[in-house]
Amino acid sequence: MTGQFRTAKGGRIDRAQKLLFSFDDVVYEGVQGDTLASALLANGVHLMGRSYKYHRPRGVLSAGSDEPNALVGLYRDKARYTPNLRAPCVELYNGLMADSQNRWPSLRWDIGIINDALSPLLPAGFYYKTFKWPAFAWKKYYEPFIRAAAGLGRSPTLADPDRYDNRWAHCDVLVVGSGPAGVSAALAAAESGARVILCDEQAELGGSLLSDVQANIDDQPAQAWLAGALATLARHPRVQLLPRTTAFGYFAHNMVGLSERITDHMAEPAAHLPRERLWQVRATEVVIAAGALERPLVFPHNDRPGVMLADSARTYVNRYGVKPGNLVVVATAHDSAYRAALDLHAAGVKIVTLADQRPSPSGPLIDAVRDAGIPLRVGTSVTGTGGGTRVRWVSLSSNGVSSEPVVCDTLLMSGGWTPSVHLFSQSRGRLRFDEALQAYVPGQSVERERSAGACRGVFGLAAALQDGAQAGAAAAKAAGYASARANPASAVGGEAGTGGWLGLVPGASPVKAFLDFQNDVTAKDIKLAVREGMRSIEHIKRYTTTGMATDQGKTSNMNALGVASGALDTPIPQVGHTTFRMPYTPVTFGAFAALSRDGLFDPARQTPMHDWAAENGAVFEDVGLWKRAHYFPKSSEDLHKAVDRECVAVRQSVGIFDASTLGKIEVVGPDAAEFMNRMYINAWTKLGVGKCRYGIMCREDGFVMDDGVVGRMAADRFHVTTTTGGAPRVLALMEDYLQTEWPDLDVWLTSTTEQWAVIAVQGPRARDVLAPLVEGIDISAKAFPHMSVAEGRIAGVPTRLFRVSFSGELGFEVNVPADYGRAVWEAIYASGQQYGITPYGTETMHVLRAEKGFIIVGQETDGTATPDDAGLTWAIGKAKKDFVGKRSLDRASMKGADRKQLVGLLTENPATVLEEGAQLVAGPKQPVPMTLLGHVTSSYHSANLGHSIALAMLSGGRARIGTSLFVPMPQGAIKVKIVDPVFYDREGARLDG
Amino acid sequence: MQNFSAFALLRRAFGGHSSWQPQWRTPEPKASYDAIIVGAGGHGLGTAYYLAKEHGMRNIAVIERGWLGGGNTGRNTTIIRSNYLFDESAALYDHSVKLWETLSEELNYNVMYSARGVMMLAHTIHDIQVFKRHVHANRANGVDNEWLTAEQAKEFCPPLNISPNLRYPVLGAALQRRGGTARHDAVAWGYARGADDMGVDIIQNCEVTGIRRDASGAVMGVDTAKGFIGAKKVGVVAAGHTSVVMAMAGMRLPLESFPLQALVSEPVKPVFPCVVMSNTVHAYISQSDKGEFVIGAGTDAFVSYSQRGGLHIPSHTLDAICELFPMFRRMRMLRNWGGIVDTTPDRSPIISKTPVPGLYVNCGWGTGGFKATPGSANVFAHTMARDEPHPINAPFTLERFRDGVMIDEAAAAAVAH
Repeated sequence: MTGQFRTAKGGRIDRAQKLLFSFDDVVYEGVQGDTLASALLANGVHLMGRSYKYHRPRGVLSAGSDEPNALVGLYRDKARYTPNLRAPCVELYNGLMADSQNRWPSLRWDIGIINDALSPLLPAGFYYKTFKWPAFAWKKYYEPFIRAAAGLGRSPTLADPDRYDNRWAHCDVLVVGSGPAGVSAALAAAESGARVILCDEQAELGGSLLSDVQANIDDQPAQAWLAGALATLARHPRVQLLPRTTAFGYFAHNMVGLSERITDHMAEPAAHLPRERLWQVRATEVVIAAGALERPLVFPHNDRPGVMLADSARTYVNRYGVKPGNLVVVATAHDSAYRAALDLHAAGVKIVTLADQRPSPSGPLIDAVRDAGIPLRVGTSVTGTGGGTRVRWVSLSSNGVSSEPVVCDTLLMSGGWTPSVHLFSQSRGRLRFDEALQAYVPGQSVERERSAGACRGVFGLAAALQDGAQAGAAAAKAAGYASARANPASAVGGEAGTGGWLGLVPGASPVKAFLDFQNDVTAKDIKLAVREGMRSIEHIKRYTTTGMATDQGKTSNMNALGVASGALDTPIPQVGHTTFRMPYTPVTFGAFAALSRDGLFDPARQTPMHDWAAENGAVFEDVGLWKRAHYFPKSSEDLHKAVDRECVAVRQSVGIFDASTLGKIEVVGPDAAEFMNRMYINAWTKLGVGKCRYGIMCREDGFVMDDGVVGRMAADRFHVTTTTGGAPRVLALMEDYLQTEWPDLDVWLTSTTEQWAVIAVQGPRARDVLAPLVEGIDISAKAFPHMSVAEGRIAGVPTRLFRVSFSGELGFEVNVPADYGRAVWEAIYASGQQYGITPYGTETMHVLRAEKGFIIVGQETDGTATPDDAGLTWAIGKAKKDFVGKRSLDRASMKGADRKQLVGLLTENPATVLEEGAQLVAGPKQPVPMTLLGHVTSSYHSANLGHSIALAMLSGGRARIGTSLFVPMPQGAIKVKIVDPVFYDREGARLDG
Repeated sequence: MQNFSAFALLRRAFGGHSSWQPQWRTPEPKASYDAIIVGAGGHGLGTAYYLAKEHGMRNIAVIERGWLGGGNTGRNTTIIRSNYLFDESAALYDHSVKLWETLSEELNYNVMYSARGVMMLAHTIHDIQVFKRHVHANRANGVDNEWLTAEQAKEFCPPLNISPNLRYPVLGAALQRRGGTARHDAVAWGYARGADDMGVDIIQNCEVTGIRRDASGAVMGVDTAKGFIGAKKVGVVAAGHTSVVMAMAGMRLPLESFPLQALVSEPVKPVFPCVVMSNTVHAYISQSDKGEFVIGAGTDAFVSYSQRGGLHIPSHTLDAICELFPMFRRMRMLRNWGGIVDTTPDRSPIISKTPVPGLYVNCGWGTGGFKATPGSANVFAHTMARDEPHPINAPFTLERFRDGVMIDEAAAAAVAH
């Protein structure tokens, strides 16, 4: 098909560049510069969608992002399907494939239209009143049916292969909107030297100027002036122009979110380009020049395809060279529709009648229409339309008297203009109701912004140019550019005109008089909501869903407010308005996520020995941000086989373990010991230099928060270690206390987690492995006993060598500067070869410590365990006056005999490994809810002991040692014996090896 | 009360629906009531409903600064579940789920409770340990919760990405089949209509400005924008602003208020059959009956009473949504909003008497109060009517923070509520 509704000339299109595209599998021809909507209109296609609730046939209503009806799904390929796109915002490219939505089997014949016939049964909120009986039917029948009927387009079904990008930017003046006000603002600001960003949601910058073929600016046609102005801006090195970029959200402290669409308009996007880019712009000053949106008129069947907004029709004719129809009726309550009528008339479209519901409109536009010979009927409102999927006639009415139907193929309507206050309102500025304009306009500002032009109710070309220039100059001045001046361009034509109407057209029935086209909300629905007691505009909105469609009420909110105001018999300012929420128009999820995907979703922290572990077959686990070697399987070993082997190797000879992920904090200063005394439950004053102690930290509420070995490097210097996941929390808590509670203490805290690579060498042969490598430290049992620390060298590298053990064996932890980590690890590994040194992972580390009854914070403890619960009372510095959590530990509830305490569990069958998290009960046959006494915190098969072991937190646990309880499992209860939590080498002799 | 049914809808359709009556009145306040509830959210309206229904107190008022149901009741992501770890929590939330199951019939108002299953994803070994502990504890407490492998999780929710190459691969999930969603506004409206029908005065647009006490310290009533209103019992259920209201009685509560954000996508045809939560990567998502993806984001790091938060918070949530459901990358955010949540140190609520005679408080629901609406209202009504807690809310005292008897779901569960 070719475009039989294309004008002969004019418009910002390239008639020579033909583009083929398909809509519902029918191939059409458009031209370069078209949108999907303009190209379809050029082919005489008005029916572009179906409404959400009643599945009524719908044509394109507008020419912009306020479009509620013409929503389509677009696909480049199977994985690049995008639903719910507004046809007027889809730029045409060769090969574009679009589908209509929410219809079956086809757009023209949609079974869903049955809802329209049933609409008397489906008023606002009908679903609250029904579908309740029988109760089971909701989930089984009603809800699935409703869900299938609802929704609009289809979700994509394959992973999106496209890329998205993020950018952060600063500027002096951000101008939102590039109509006459925006361009003037940008010019004024730019000329002062300010850094300016000018963005606009449309493909071309220029806003309403792009549709203006009559007005002159500075003695040249408006579009010529625009081209010059944009060229001037483009030459400014400190100006950035961003077309196809929507300012979608206004955030605190003048941060504005922009969504830039980069490739959607391209037939064959280059592979290196991201599809979209999300900007976060921090602007010193913001000028909002977002323009205004035309309102539909509200009357029965105002939603029939062929019914359009008047100024949108003007845009289609002037900008896209498309006639919306051949026989046009214009119905209006505002002068601006006269301009549309004149432009269409000039383009050769027959205007059958211009019906103005106002009794005696006057002004230059009215005169011009009369002069053009267009039949004008004043005091005449539109009260209905007829036809099927295209308007065929309209009903007009004067003074309550209907005239005979007027035959036409298109109805253009204008209820006047609504300033786009969305961004202003998002900035938390207060709106003011302007009685003269009958519109909400910006009132008190909160952020450093100003509105200019139509979005603040300043209409008309000359006024917008001037207002914009002043706003741009004022913004630049406020941003520190004192020389800023407003030199507004002068305009002839583009008069503002007057008029406007809110709510139901006089004399029209509210039935099927649509306010919110997409959600099918009628004036009658609003009245019903009010009748049912919904008196707040928020209740009305939620009950009827008006303004909650994908256009967020851009064309409907003010009309709904008008109807509600009438129904409530309350003036509009007292009715109020609903809250404007970001985004202004929908923004792609992927653009928010942008580069934060796959490996960059969250930084992966790797230890200096990570690559060695990977090369040696390690399986990794995620612990916080860290990748930790979980186990080192050999050939076909599974987790359990590998761990059994690793465990035995450590106890019988020696193992090597990467402990680099442990948090490390250097606590330094004259008051370091005092600080440690206050932060930890332990006593530190008497800990000698060169000695270590196992430290436990509580929260203020007395519950264990973290633990770790602390070495005293000097009288005023502690090397503190924390759990892997707890490191940031511990440092933050320490800083919190140091800065806010004890600022008098002379202490510095430094995170050294990534300074040190930590290599644990554990097992009876550990000393033999290290001895040949260590210089400057006597590591003999006598000179360097358990819980010692010393500085020296290892493999030629400086080290802090700890003699500590989390395995219960003779053990060392070698700290070396991170860059040497792998080299030292390899040196130790080589030295250990003669002893069969075995690399082991976190799982073996867990088993070995469980055999010794050592807790893991976060596994045995869960934020509800006191030191005593965890069997750590011995660690508390009894003589200390205070420490974090001490006062809380004094409370009666913290000392109850029935508190959960750490115990060991043994099963009757040595092969039975309990499930971690399983519960402990006294009687396995008791009815639910059972009395739960505790739970299994750790559970493993112990290869060294030849049976399973488990740790548990058990109510009154220590007193129950020697008794039996049950673990109820779905397959039956498992009997367990309560034992001491230390299963291996209770005397600790092996530590001293 | 006008009956709501398909038949009533049909009958009134013939009259153009012109005979429907207001679902609740718009009364002026009386000089005094037997009891006053401050806050007309779901919990407050429900409290009035159960006070009237189960405790015979009809001379009561619910006083609301804004419009009823306009706070967190109308701003949450409507997730309902009861698979909480501790016995006390499981009892409270399961009491609520049981009430949800019959709430539409109870209120003659379709609250659209949809038991579509809530699946909580485990991404680390620690997650697995925590969730399995939940599964075992829940089973022994009579609360349904089951462990799924990653493959079973995908079967239950086909859009889920269980690739092992994810930054945090899905290692399994805990599924509560009775969990699901409900229509948030309907809950507030249904309770309001039911309470109003029993004589409860719901007074909107009437800010409470003071709590008056007599010489003995007991509550006498509240000062409001419409003047003093007397009552010997006052229950404060003001969500994020509870601490502000309670300060009027000289009480400082262990509460911090944060902005919590949520968002919806544009609506699409049904594609997402359940609720999926992942605390490790911060993603909470379901698909509403309307077809929108309803996505919960996190709280800002700083306390605030502003009903909006930073862009990075929903942005981070969408990172996670795109990772877990890469087919939704091209979906678009339609609307984003915030609410103010009041959080306690142990992330469990306070449903309690207070040291002020006649003053009761129900607060601290943090990010998860919607699910508890019926149960919370039910036991709080009991507490107010009898001046003693129901056995279910007896552990949820204000004093537990003094005494250290926490119900620490946050610490124990490592899961958002």
